[in-house]
Amino acid sequence: MSRIDVKKTYKLFIGGQFPRSESGRSYEITGADGKFIANPALASRKDLRDAVTAAKSALPGWSGATAFNRGQILYRIAEIMEGRRDQFVAEILALEGGTTKAATAQVTEAIDLWVWYAGWCDKISTIAGATNPIAGPYYNFTIPEELGVVGVIAEQKESLLGLIAAIAPVISTGNTAVVIASEKRPLPAITLSEALATSDLPAGVLNILTGKVSELAPWLASHMEIDGLDVTGVNSKIESELRIAGAENLKRIHRFNKAQSPERMLAFMEAKTVWHPIGV
Amino acid sequence: MVTLVDGSEASLLQYLAKLSGVDKVGADQRAAMLGTRSIKTSSKSWAIDMAIRMVDLTTLEGADSEGKVRAICAKAVRPDPNDFTVPSVGAVCVYNDLVKIARKNLDLNGGSHIPVAAVTTAFPSGRASMKVKIQDTRDALTDGATEIDMVIDRGAFLSGKLGLVFDEIKAIKEICGERAHLKVILETGELVTYDNVRKASFIAMLAGADFIKTSTGKVTPAATPPVVLVMLEAVRDYYLQTGIRIGVKAAGGIRTTKDAIKQLVLVNEVAGPEWLNPQLFRIGASALLNDLLMQRMKADTGYYSGSNYVTLD
Repeated sequence: MSRIDVKKTYKLFIGGQFPRSESGRSYEITGADGKFIANPALASRKDLRDAVTAAKSALPGWSGATAFNRGQILYRIAEIMEGRRDQFVAEILALEGGTTKAATAQVTEAIDLWVWYAGWCDKISTIAGATNPIAGPYYNFTIPEELGVVGVIAEQKESLLGLIAAIAPVISTGNTAVVIASEKRPLPAITLSEALATSDLPAGVLNILTGKVSELAPWLASHMEIDGLDVTGVNSKIESELRIAGAENLKRIHRFNKAQSPERMLAFMEAKTVWHPIGV
Repeated sequence: MVTLVDGSEASLLQYLAKLSGVDKVGADQRAAMLGTRSIKTSSKSWAIDMAIRMVDLTTLEGADSEGKVRAICAKAVRPDPNDFTVPSVGAVCVYNDLVKIARKNLDLNGGSHIPVAAVTTAFPSGRASMKVKIQDTRDALTDGATEIDMVIDRGAFLSGKLGLVFDEIKAIKEICGERAHLKVILETGELVTYDNVRKASFIAMLAGADFIKTSTGKVTPAATPPVVLVMLEAVRDYYLQTGIRIGVKAAGGIRTTKDAIKQLVLVNEVAGPEWLNPQLFRIGASALLNDLLMQRMKADTGYYSGSNYVTLD
């Protein structure tokens, strides 16, 4: 007798849990060869709202953790991903096509990116902070701090690398994030969320939604709880719409073209200046 | 008015013995089914405003101070300072010793129409002598409370001394008289079964309660939908027997607009639309109000609001 297939249900990742969409919807994705691959959840704006709530409540804990501790946790994510390397390679091959060599290279680069940003966690404030010269009996420091909750629409083409290049710098500095995964290639993002759930990352720091960017992005851009937005994954026409929607609470909206860059961290940081009287 | 019991323990027990029991599975299922109702657009806006008018804005912490009470009083009158169309809440609920401060600050803020509710009778445990409980209530009334939230003696109830529970409520009701509404807190989280909740609801109503209230907010589970359903059925049945409408207050664990709207659906479907007003249904809450305000902003502006746009309490 042949064995019955055990098929996987692909779900969202919100507040450390794996819920289905509250709407009960899902959508079909096909591989590079046009064949059916999976039915991931089609997130609704209410799922997005729940994700933002989860990200907001995770913010005090995550931004309050020491930078060193955040670095350790980012490194731990790299360790856990290493154990799922074959799964990531298989998913990239199925969705993006190409060669095994290229897919393996993408996974390696993505894992190394976590390590790279893990190292930056406790260094960015030293590099970007300053002791300011002032005319008065004060010490004056400028310290970059986290911005808050950041929305991420990750690059759509390289489904794993684009995603990690967007989220690693955002959370490394103490932000929490709501991420819209690649619309046509969401599987590596879902697998990543399973890795995140077992990697000491506190619940709610990263929330990953699968679904239609055109449906979710306007709600993300207009949400008053979101302080910054990475629009690397949308075209310039949608980007301008999102910039208009995000103007209400002066969101910081950025587009990036380099995966490895401390600028990606600083884009979602805020400078705090401290005056300290000398002799006290 | 129909007299159901003559005040003696014997007649009370006789009456309670005839009460129908609660079908637990049925109650759970009905509450869950009613919880799936979808309330949208204009109905939702109506429900949000109704829920705001039903909120007993509550602060019951050991750390409560004059400043905290001043802040919630201002918020009770004008929940959203940027929007005049937001209605005031149903009442402000504080500990006994803060009643005077609450009354003063409500009046100063133009909220003389908002009643102050005081928790008395050794809230939340109710473990004190009757003398103390009576004095506790008198103090609150003297300071200007027009709603008294008393707790029942759960220990007595669970050990079968139902007459004692009845007499205590009756004594406090006599002190309240016409000066104050009496809300009787059953603390359903400690009553164990739905049958007990129904029985305690009837004891409170027979002893003269104007409202029956689920919980103190200090014990979980609190105002779960099935418990509120059982209590709404009790007030409905009591109305059918006597023609008197007793109010219900759901308190504890109602934090989101969705939870609040579920409660309103229960009220409408179980007790009836007559109960859908702040005179007969209240929601005891503190965090809920901010969520209601954020949802209201969303309905007005079309985008989701954030916690930076409501007060920190």
